[in-house]
Amino acid sequence: MYEKDGEKYFVVDGHVHYWDASPENWIEGQEQYAKGWIECFYGYHQLGPEEYYWPMEKYQKYSEETMMKDLFEDGYVDVAIFLPTYLKAWYREGFNTTEQDAVLAEKYPDKFILNSRFDPRDGEEGLEELERKHRRYGFKGVKLYTAEWHNGSKGWSLKDPEASRYLEKCEELGIINIHVHKGPTIWPLNKDAFDPKDVDDAATSFPNLNFIVEHVGLPRIEDFCFMATQEPNVYAGLSVVLGALMHSRPRFFSKVMGELLFWVGEDKMIWASDYAIWHPKWQVEMFVDWDYPQGHEFDDFPRLSTEGKKKILGLNAARLYDIEVPPALRLPEAETDAQSVEPTVS
Amino acid sequence: MTNHTEVLDALSDVRDPELDEPITDLGFVSELEIEGDGVFVRLRLPTYFCAPNFAYLMVADAREAVLSVPGVTRAWVVLDDHYASDEINGGVNEEKGFDGAFPDETESPDLEELRTIFRRKSFVARQEKLCRALLAQGRSPEQLAETRLGEVPPSETFEKYLERRVELGLDISPEAPLLVDPDGKRVPGDAVVQHLRFARTVGVSIEGNAELCRGLLATRYGRGEKEGVKL
Repeated sequence: MYEKDGEKYFVVDGHVHYWDASPENWIEGQEQYAKGWIECFYGYHQLGPEEYYWPMEKYQKYSEETMMKDLFEDGYVDVAIFLPTYLKAWYREGFNTTEQDAVLAEKYPDKFILNSRFDPRDGEEGLEELERKHRRYGFKGVKLYTAEWHNGSKGWSLKDPEASRYLEKCEELGIINIHVHKGPTIWPLNKDAFDPKDVDDAATSFPNLNFIVEHVGLPRIEDFCFMATQEPNVYAGLSVVLGALMHSRPRFFSKVMGELLFWVGEDKMIWASDYAIWHPKWQVEMFVDWDYPQGHEFDDFPRLSTEGKKKILGLNAARLYDIEVPPALRLPEAETDAQSVEPTVS
Repeated sequence: MTNHTEVLDALSDVRDPELDEPITDLGFVSELEIEGDGVFVRLRLPTYFCAPNFAYLMVADAREAVLSVPGVTRAWVVLDDHYASDEINGGVNEEKGFDGAFPDETESPDLEELRTIFRRKSFVARQEKLCRALLAQGRSPEQLAETRLGEVPPSETFEKYLERRVELGLDISPEAPLLVDPDGKRVPGDAVVQHLRFARTVGVSIEGNAELCRGLLATRYGRGEKEGVKL
């Protein structure tokens, strides 16, 4: 919970990791990728404020104590949502798997929400695995990487018939939150790997599922915006947007926020720190203080009220994951509405 | 003999297709050496995992640009510190093409389709920038729909816009309408506002990405002390 100027914010961090990128976990022969990957993350890390930088050694592998303190003692987070990133081709035990996350999620069940993954290219076996994992962990969400390489395939699309079978299975099991990574990508060799359009089709075909587009389709924010505005069940996952831009490029951050507020709307935007890339503390503090800078170029963007900030920082995610919000931290009026906001062109 | 300025000038015509800015302004050119009729250029990018397709385009375009300078007959352009450096450098300098550099890893056709997507985005963003300036000078959206290229006062923004029109093969004669979509279709008066609203988002996206990449390049190679090669 964060409190400022008499306002209380319930904070749900929509995207956190508990990773192990230490050299002991690198696969022999793949070291340059494992090392390159965490160095790439470290570059992003340094777009935050300097006082939050970690030395590389700590960044490669951090402890349970560090994570608990950063998120829940210092970072104002009430509940954090784990999204796994497997990368088993480079990391022996994976970079950040459901199993790794489960260690903390099971120890602190009121603090963490555990999620899993699927890859439709795993076929029947993958479907069974998803069911098995769901029986074991009971998660409500999955993280998908459509650009990931797999056995000679260079990515997949949510439009694929195989993907539909998995989404049907999700619906049946009550896995209602589909987080799709559409952002700075891992192996974007396929020319369309960035393209968020496949989410459009899936969102139409599966109106009972929520599609949270992680990193809002960066570097194709516009494609994401034009799509999200038409689909009531598509959400903007703001990790990277705040972390990478709010501190280092404040004017551009404001423009991107303005665009998202215009096309997607405050009811469908979900903040996430992307911990441990960035610490949640400065993001929460800075975002609550945020307003457009001086200048006419920001004049016709929608304004964001305190109420809107409360939704983005926690209430929207709480709704998707059915997280109980203490009465004092709810919005004064009845439930917020997940209806899509039709943008109007003035 | 070829001099640095000529080569850098040629390199400044090479754009990051996605960011729509010259690679020389972005700090991507880190070294330039000239020996007789041969030129060696070293490029660097913001991260180890920057999209290899865009990286390939820039390396290939840089080589072509260097070879276009009078007196240059040999050119080597190499990309440093990238997970696919070997494939890209080999592919470009041995003229294998992207699909040849990454056999079995891409779906043909080569990268021209991708380049076209970004040329269209760049066109849209440049047009919006120009129209924003014209609106600020007092023109109405309806007037913009009626404006012809010959009636637009000269400016750098206008020049850039014309360059993008040429790249898409669109008409740049003075009688041609100012406001057309990337296919050259005229935008009617009552659709101008909406057209420009979409266009602005495209512009914010491109600009935002460029800023992100600048930030990442600075964290990777240091701020200030290693600025890259400048004109």
